[in-house]
Amino acid sequence: MSEEMRRDARIYLLGEEVAQYNGAYKVSRGMLDEFGPRRVIDMPISESGFAGMAIGSAMMGLRPIVEFMSWSFSLVAADPILNNAPKMLYMSGGQFGCPIVFRGNDGAGGQLGSTHSWCVEGLYSNVPGLKIAIPSNPYDAKGLMKTAIRDDDPVFFLESERLLSIKGEVPEEEYTIPFGKAAIRREGTDCTIVSWGRPVHFAMEAAETLAKEGISCEVIDGRTIRPMDWTTIFASVRKTNACVVVDQSWSFASPGSEVAAQVSEHCFDDLDHPVLRVHSDDVPAPYAQNLEQEMLPNPRKIIAAVKKVTYRA
Amino acid sequence: MPNATLASNLASHLVKSASVTRTEIPGTTLLKWFYDMALIREFEVRCMQAYQDKKIGGFCHVYIGQEAVAVGCVAALEHRDPIVTAYRDHGHALARGMHPKHCMAEMFGRIGGCAKGKGGSMHMFDKANNLYGGHGIVGAQCPLGAGLAFATKYEDEVIKGGKSDRVTMCFLGDGALNQGALHEAKNLAGLLDLPVIFVVENNGYSMGTAIERGTTMAHKIITKAMGYGMEGIEVDGMDVLNVYASMKDLCDRVRATSRPAFVDMRTYRYKGHSMSDPRKYRGREEEEQYEAEDPIGKLQKFIKDRKVATAAEIETIVDRVKVDVRDAVAWADASPAPGLEELYHDVYVEKWGPYTGTSLPEMLRESGVRSQE
Ligand SMILES: Cc1ncc(C[n+]2csc(CCOP(=O)(O)OP(=O)(O)O)c2C)c(N)n1
Ligand SMILES: [Mg+2]
Repeated sequence: MSEEMRRDARIYLLGEEVAQYNGAYKVSRGMLDEFGPRRVIDMPISESGFAGMAIGSAMMGLRPIVEFMSWSFSLVAADPILNNAPKMLYMSGGQFGCPIVFRGNDGAGGQLGSTHSWCVEGLYSNVPGLKIAIPSNPYDAKGLMKTAIRDDDPVFFLESERLLSIKGEVPEEEYTIPFGKAAIRREGTDCTIVSWGRPVHFAMEAAETLAKEGISCEVIDGRTIRPMDWTTIFASVRKTNACVVVDQSWSFASPGSEVAAQVSEHCFDDLDHPVLRVHSDDVPAPYAQNLEQEMLPNPRKIIAAVKKVTYRA
Repeated sequence: MPNATLASNLASHLVKSASVTRTEIPGTTLLKWFYDMALIREFEVRCMQAYQDKKIGGFCHVYIGQEAVAVGCVAALEHRDPIVTAYRDHGHALARGMHPKHCMAEMFGRIGGCAKGKGGSMHMFDKANNLYGGHGIVGAQCPLGAGLAFATKYEDEVIKGGKSDRVTMCFLGDGALNQGALHEAKNLAGLLDLPVIFVVENNGYSMGTAIERGTTMAHKIITKAMGYGMEGIEVDGMDVLNVYASMKDLCDRVRATSRPAFVDMRTYRYKGHSMSDPRKYRGREEEEQYEAEDPIGKLQKFIKDRKVATAAEIETIVDRVKVDVRDAVAWADASPAPGLEELYHDVYVEKWGPYTGTSLPEMLRESGVRSQE
C-alpha cells in the first residue's frame, strides 16, 4: 500500500483504527507517520457511512483503500459495497467507474463466535461487477495488492488474520501478480486440489501426508476468485482425472460449488469420480474451540476426500 | 493526549438523584449492590487470568471500572423488564442474576455455559433473566432494543388490552453513537412511542479512539436525543447510588409515558479494550484519576460511613465473592466441552436434513423457561 501511495497521490487509506493505532492488526503500521492524516484517516464505527463516502470519492476519480477491521463488519455496509460499487459502471452506462479496494480480515478460526467469523467469499462472489482476491502468502499479498490498487474496478481483498504471522520472501522491488492467474503450489499426478486463501495451507499439509502414502496431489492456489483461472484448473484436472475443492465458506452456492460445477461441465469425460468439496460445516461458527476446529476445513477432511476421489479409501 | 470530554465527567452538572435520596436506600440493598459489583470485578480478574492461561479464547472485553452502571441500572428496573447490550456483557449478565458458573463456563466454551459454549464472551444470553444478549456487532443491539420495547408494548396493549407496563433497557458503547443502526432505532422509538431507554456507557473510548475523535458534539451527546424527540440525561456512572437514583426516576417516567429516553452514562474502563490492547492512546495520569473515583471503593466508604456494615462485615463479603468466583471457575473447568453433535443442534427449531432441532441449555432447564421446540 505504501509503495503505491508514494506513486499516486489519489490513493488514500481509511478505516477504523488505521492511523493512530496503526491498524487493529497493525497492517498499516507507520503509514500515518509517512503520509499524514489527510491520506491515512481514522474513521468512527460507521461502516455504511465511510464505505459509501469512499465510493463517492472514487466516482470523482480518487482511488480509496477502505479497511474493514474485519470483513464481518462489512455486512453493515452491504448496500454501498454491493449495490453501489460493483454496479456504478453498469448503471451509468460506462460513465462512472469505481476504482476502490476494500480490504480486511476474513474467515473463522480465532474463536470469535458467529458474528465475527464470516468467510465473505461465499456471499460476495455471487455479485457481478466486483473482483475478489484472496492471498495465501506474503509474496502474493504484495503482488495482488498492487494489482488491486491499480485496477479500475472495485476489488474485495480478503486477508486472513490467521496468516498475518507467517513469514515469506517479499522482494523489495516492484512486481505485480495479475488477477485470474492461479499458482500451482505443488505438482502432482493423481488428484487436483483447488483452493485459495488460508485453506491452501491445509491442502498443502494434506498433500504432504498423502505423498507419503503414494498419492500425488497437485495443489492449485486460485489467488483470485473473481476472476477464476479456469484454464489452469481444467488443464490440471485433465492430467490428474480427479478433483477436490477446498473452500472455507459454506458449501451452499459458494465459490467451491462454482468450481465443482465448472469442472464437471468442462472436464466431465476426464473425471474418474465426481468432484468433491471440503467446506466449513453448514452451521454458524461456534465459539467453543473444539467445535470451531471441527467445523473448519482441515487436512483430515481433505485427505478423506482425496482418498475417495482416487478410490484409495 | 488528555481526553477533554472525560475530564469533565466528574463535574457537578451531572444529574444527581431527584426523588430518591441516598438515605432512603435500605442497608440490605446497599450490601447486595456491593456484593454484585465486587462479584463482577473479581469475575473479570479471573477471566483475565484464564485468558492468559488460554482457557478463554477469542475476544475478551472486561467490565472493570464500569460495574456501577450495570448494577445501578438493573436495580432501577423490574426483573420483567428486558435488557440487551453489546459485547462487553459479562457485567450485565451477572448483574441480571446469571449464575457466575454458567457465565464462566460460556467463557471457557463448555457445555455448561449459558449458550452451551456456542456464543462465547461477546454473546451472553439469559432468557430466565430477560437478558436478550450481548451482541458483537457494534450498534446491532439498538434496533433489537427498539424491537423488545415494541413487543412488550404490543403484548401489554394489543394482546392484553391493558397499558404498556414494561421498560426495555438497551446498553451501548460510545462507539455505537456513530452507527446508523442507533440513529434508525432512535427514530423508530420516537415515532412509535416505544418504552426503551438507550443507555450509552460513555467510557470515553472506542478501542483506541477517544470519543471526540470519532463523534460530533462529543461534549454533549444528549443533543443526539433531542433530534429524535426524546428526553436525554447525563449521569455520573462512577457512583452506583447516583446511577440507581437517576435511572429509577427515568424508568418511572418511561414506564408511565411510554416515551423513549437516552442516557449519557459517564464511566471509564480501567483496562484495555480487549486483552490485546496496550492502551498507548491514553496517559497513566488519566487512568489514576478514575481509579481514585473507583465505584466499588466509593460504595464501600458509603456503607462504612452510614454504619450499614463494619469493616469486618465488608471483609466477609469480599471473601465470599472470592470463594464464589473460585467455585465458578472450578465448575466451569469441570464442565465438558460440547459434544460434536452440538454443531448441528440449535441451527433450526425444526429437525431436517443434518439438523437436530433445538433444546435449552442446562442453565435454564429447571427455571420453567420453555424451549423453542
Ligand atoms: C460493526 C462493527 N465494527 C467494528 C467492530 C470492532 N469493534 C469492536 S468493539 C469496538 C469499539 C467499540 O467501542 P464502544 O462502543 O465505545 O464500546 P466499549 O468497547 O468502550 O465498551 C470496535 C471498533 C465491531 N465489533 N462491529
Ligand atoms: Mg467506549
